[in-house]
Amino acid sequence: MVERYVMSIDQGTNSTRCILFDRGGRLVSVAQREHQQHFPRPGWVEHDAVEIWHNLRRVVSEVLTGSGTAVDGEQVAAIGLANQRETTVLWDRRTGTPLGRALVWQDTRTGPLVEELRQRPGEEFFLDRCGLPPSTYFSALRIRWLFDHVKGLEQRAKDGEVLFGTMESWLVWNLTGGVDGGLHITDATNASRTMLMNIHTLTWDEELLAFFGVPRPMLPEIRSSAETYGEARALLPGVPITAALGDQQAALFGQTCFSPGEAKCTYGTGSFLLLNTGTDVVRSRHGLLTTVAYKIGDRPPVYALEGSIAVTGALVQWFRDRLGLISSAPEIETLARTVEDNGGCYIVPAFSGLFAPRWRSDARGVIVGLTSYITSGHLARAVLEATGWQTREVVDAMNADSSVALKELKVDGGMTADNLLMQFIADVLDVPVVRPMVSETVSLGAGYAAGLAAGYWTDLEVLRRNWHPASRWLPRMDPGHRESEYDNWRRAVERSLGWIRSPGAS
Amino acid sequence: MAGPVQSIERAAAILRLLAAGPRRLGLGEVAASLGLAKGTAHGILRTLQHVDFVEQDATTGKYQLGAALLHLGTSYLDVNELRSRSINWADALAARSGEAVRLGTPLEGMVLVVHHVFRPDDTLQTLDVGALLPLHASSLGKVLLAYGTAPFDSALESGLDAYTRHTLVTREQLTRALAEVREQGWAVENQEMSMGEAGLAVPIRGHGGLVVGAIGLSGPVERICDSQGRPRPSLITLIREAARAISRDLGAARW
Repeated sequence: MVERYVMSIDQGTNSTRCILFDRGGRLVSVAQREHQQHFPRPGWVEHDAVEIWHNLRRVVSEVLTGSGTAVDGEQVAAIGLANQRETTVLWDRRTGTPLGRALVWQDTRTGPLVEELRQRPGEEFFLDRCGLPPSTYFSALRIRWLFDHVKGLEQRAKDGEVLFGTMESWLVWNLTGGVDGGLHITDATNASRTMLMNIHTLTWDEELLAFFGVPRPMLPEIRSSAETYGEARALLPGVPITAALGDQQAALFGQTCFSPGEAKCTYGTGSFLLLNTGTDVVRSRHGLLTTVAYKIGDRPPVYALEGSIAVTGALVQWFRDRLGLISSAPEIETLARTVEDNGGCYIVPAFSGLFAPRWRSDARGVIVGLTSYITSGHLARAVLEATGWQTREVVDAMNADSSVALKELKVDGGMTADNLLMQFIADVLDVPVVRPMVSETVSLGAGYAAGLAAGYWTDLEVLRRNWHPASRWLPRMDPGHRESEYDNWRRAVERSLGWIRSPGAS
Repeated sequence: MAGPVQSIERAAAILRLLAAGPRRLGLGEVAASLGLAKGTAHGILRTLQHVDFVEQDATTGKYQLGAALLHLGTSYLDVNELRSRSINWADALAARSGEAVRLGTPLEGMVLVVHHVFRPDDTLQTLDVGALLPLHASSLGKVLLAYGTAPFDSALESGLDAYTRHTLVTREQLTRALAEVREQGWAVENQEMSMGEAGLAVPIRGHGGLVVGAIGLSGPVERICDSQGRPRPSLITLIREAARAISRDLGAARW
């Protein structure tokens, strides 16, 4: 009998990746392509949705030929997608052409609108309905911004000529035929990040739609995260597409955090700590988001509390691409190890303002503690430590919201290859940090969900048994040192706040 | 005796030109400066780019010297980069073989463990990254010695200490073992560091096939080796596949 595999597509912020997994949840083949980041103005971040679709075509064909033994399309049991969340694409229903570039989740152009919404109707209005506070982070504000800045767009949307989607909607629509009957769908996890979905009913919320002026016909149908949506017509004709999840929810699923109280943190461009809260919709009092973790078929949805950190790996990329102090991301560790400590230097990477737990759109990045003594090595330390301290702030918020304190942190993502960073996180959290045997958990989670829906795996317990620790870092920092460093970090954060003045202030 | 190879002379001239200027140069500028046809200059630049001696700016299309040139002569590969590129394949190897996986590079007459994946049996294990192993008594070390990644003399200088009665403690024993490694393409360590434990390792190759490190499995001798003390063929296949995937990722096209 020929071996069959599950294909997972991870459409991330920097790249599009395609991975084949076998029944043991083990990686068989991988292909990846980066796409261009467009920064047309300070704070603006855009992607070309057509480039991303082309990249997907390439990685799918590469992954089938790249695994030593070529894999036939018929050996693919199912396709699952995970995607960068909140990134907003609008396209023409009839031609399939995107109406401008996609506005990326890190983009802060909607900042002034956030301030308005905070004043009126106020946070409660939104928290009650979608579980999210107003922030530049979410899709609805981007749709509004586009309507207000692209002539005729709002009318065309009202006339039903325009489709909205996050990346999974765009890709599923193209995979299933595009202009020729493509499916226009999203899943509950992605929809929960738009600010347009009611977090309790998992349907588009009429009041929110009315508030943002978003016409219903442009929105995709909200489906569960794991069910047969349809068959691919492009790339792998006839293969069922059976899962879609936002990348962070996919990582939670890939880490097999299926029980309430289980949590993971994924270290990528940004970092995202998600805690499974079961079927309860828990409202945070400490700056965390309420979000849908996953919904399998017609089973009740499972919710999560999320601590979103906008800039972690992106700071390393900035260090590499914009400052040119290293030539590859992993070299940050080599450079950081040239010195013993941070030399008194701290970097607060509030490039897109600060996300959880502070939610301050008016913050911008700062480097503090500069003296003649500081070398590029100290800066490299400060870059890595920024990820550690931001994790600490989110974990503190989570512990304050939850009855049980976190005892161990499950981690994944590209930055887990950085041993210095992982040790630092264990040190500042004062709990062990564990990486599982598959660090590509975003892809694995989408693969798991797709395989479950397609009957490739029978139940969640089978998936749980595939989870094994691959590395574990134990805390060993002196408590006094930890406290004084944390205090320095918080003082550095204070200095990043309020840098962007609200309109009207001189 | 053959005369100088023209294309290599031209390639050298292009590198000198790029090294001399403070800024990136376009194809037209390179061709004009050296009196070459654009097609000729382009072919050479493409080849130099392929071996990373030259880099092309994605937006302007202009050329500059590549990072690989700076590291020439030191066979430089950042160990953290090596870990990052290997992590997926090392995980898959541990998951398939059921054994612990380590990656090693040479450091001052020893093997530096640059990556470690636990044995996937959920038992309590301690992370070994940063630990040093003896070159002559570890399978990782034997690979590094056999392919010249670690100089043979450095092993002798560190001393061929006997860890068990199986440790290779003479220059002759070690020389013979390394010749076997080169012949087979893998190294085995059978209870040479501690009784009851065995290891198997193969080379990881970078650009041009240069061995930049080693990847190895280790565990109880009865799981790694058969009753004749030979490593199990299934493990050799798995570890070779992993090394090939990593090497490909590092730019060693033929492996």
